[in-house]
Amino acid sequence: MNARILPYVLILPVTLFLCLFFLYPFVLVSKQAFSTGAGFTLDNFREVVSYWKFPISMQNTLLLAAAVVPVQLALALLMATMVNKMQKGRDIVLYIWTIPLGISDLAAGIIWLAIFEQSGFLNSMMSGLGIVDQPVNFLSYQHPGVVFLAIALAEIWRATAIMLVILVAGIGLIPKEYYEAAEVFGASPWKRFTRITLPMLRPSLQTALVLRVILAFEIFAVVAALGGTLFPVLMGETYAYQFDLLNSGAAAAMALIILGISIAFTLVILRVLRVPKGATI
Amino acid sequence: MARIEIKNVAKTFGAYQALHDINLTIEDQEFMVLLGASGCGKSTLLRIIAGLETATTGEVWIGGRRIDNLSPKDRGISMVFQNYAVFPHLSVFENIGFGLRMQKLPNDEVTRRVERTAGLMHIEQLLKRYSGELSGGQRQRVAVARALAMEPDVILMDEPLSNLDALLRMEMRAELKGVLAESKTTAIYVTHDQVEAMSMADRISVMHQGEIVQAASPIEVYRNPSAEFVAGFIGNPPMNFLPAKPADSGKWAVAGQMMDGPGGGSASLKFAIRPEDLRLADTGFKAVAKVVEPLGAHLLVTCEVDGQLFRAVLDSDLKVKPGEVLTLTPQPDRVRWFDPQTTLAVA
Repeated sequence: MNARILPYVLILPVTLFLCLFFLYPFVLVSKQAFSTGAGFTLDNFREVVSYWKFPISMQNTLLLAAAVVPVQLALALLMATMVNKMQKGRDIVLYIWTIPLGISDLAAGIIWLAIFEQSGFLNSMMSGLGIVDQPVNFLSYQHPGVVFLAIALAEIWRATAIMLVILVAGIGLIPKEYYEAAEVFGASPWKRFTRITLPMLRPSLQTALVLRVILAFEIFAVVAALGGTLFPVLMGETYAYQFDLLNSGAAAAMALIILGISIAFTLVILRVLRVPKGATI
Repeated sequence: MARIEIKNVAKTFGAYQALHDINLTIEDQEFMVLLGASGCGKSTLLRIIAGLETATTGEVWIGGRRIDNLSPKDRGISMVFQNYAVFPHLSVFENIGFGLRMQKLPNDEVTRRVERTAGLMHIEQLLKRYSGELSGGQRQRVAVARALAMEPDVILMDEPLSNLDALLRMEMRAELKGVLAESKTTAIYVTHDQVEAMSMADRISVMHQGEIVQAASPIEVYRNPSAEFVAGFIGNPPMNFLPAKPADSGKWAVAGQMMDGPGGGSASLKFAIRPEDLRLADTGFKAVAKVVEPLGAHLLVTCEVDGQLFRAVLDSDLKVKPGEVLTLTPQPDRVRWFDPQTTLAVA
């Protein structure tokens, strides 16, 4: 076959797939969001933004992302560095650390519910140790901090590994000679991490952060399991518009707002962690 | 003063003994080349001096101070790596200044030293670039400048020119030698390239299977190899060897010829001569020419003497055809003798 058209032929199937199952539905959702039956309008956006739960769910979503993602990043970096230093058993440790990835987010939420609920493990332990006289209902409106903490913990437990695997692969690509050179020229282990590992890991950090931040804005099932209506988030509100209020125009508008936030953050991450021309490995 | 003393250094990797009991003294400001084939332990020895590898036993002293228990940065060394290890995410300026920044030197001092060493290596115009925008030769210059900017007592170089093309290598060889002589540092230079070793070194340590076979000046290593290995390793083409049987006292029978040789009562010896120390004459070895290679400056003739491979470097004006029988006579003062049992030179 002609070598000039071969690449296009090869990407044709996936292009068709993406058009049919991503681009087309996206166009449909956009149409729904920008219309109420009588042409182009921003009414749906006005409606969802002016609803009293919108600011609080936006704030909760951003707060949660701001609390969870940095912790996950630090943990993933620490774990990736540790795994990389291991001589033996590296793969088995990596497999164990990535187990939570295989569990659905709802199931993960339920596991942490089993810990925090009134008859859960945490209460049994605390009353067993005599710290409390009777079980406490942690996941109630009286303890918003605990609700937030439980959701954050569940998210960190569940989704750190996705960053870990990307960073492990990225660290493995950095040639050892750079570390030896840094050591000879007087860089301490911490300096080697900040001056060599981190800057040379930028492409992997980009991927890991973009993926993780987008997923953080889509948080839903873990919040539903642990917080219920106590902790409204954007995705939960979208669900409510679509299935409780049967207002698919408003749901579509919410979905586009989440998409907009995700794109904005992706651009910021790509910009901040960009690698200058000529500075690649 | 940076005299390096390596005392009884040995290194094992599991069951493999990479270095056997190395003893070597390198004088202040000396240019020492560790020469050997790959796997001979020369890089391991360099890395032990650098502190990137720990010796299993033994001590390393620099300038009268024991340093083998110190971390690399406290040893007063700097290093040029084989693949340069020029940090891709830093500009050339920051690469050269990397070690100085780690020492927390003030900004103007860093700038002064970076600009001075960049000038020495003729890369002043590249300071703002990244390594991805540099050629191999330019990266090499950055790596050397980075090592020099530290103003170290000792500079260690691990095959620094092996990734350059032949012409550039020759140019850098001369330049590096000049720059290092001027900087008055002690230098240890690892290479498998004997031309590099011969042309740059004050002294060469020829290494083989984890041991130093001979440590001497280039011309001494070339003229008076202490062992058969050195004789066969140094020189291109290497020395010729022929078995010798004792005849009268001080006389040895070599390929049907009587030669003056060492006394003593050895049962057999090996006669050795460099290919360029052979002349065409009326008497001498009968050599059957097998391959004739005109190399311009001279004529390399590979022949057979007494069933042994034998090479002669002759005048390029000579007409020699394969199959022709040549009569070759050795220059008497260039003949060397080796004991086949110990493989060592016999005087």
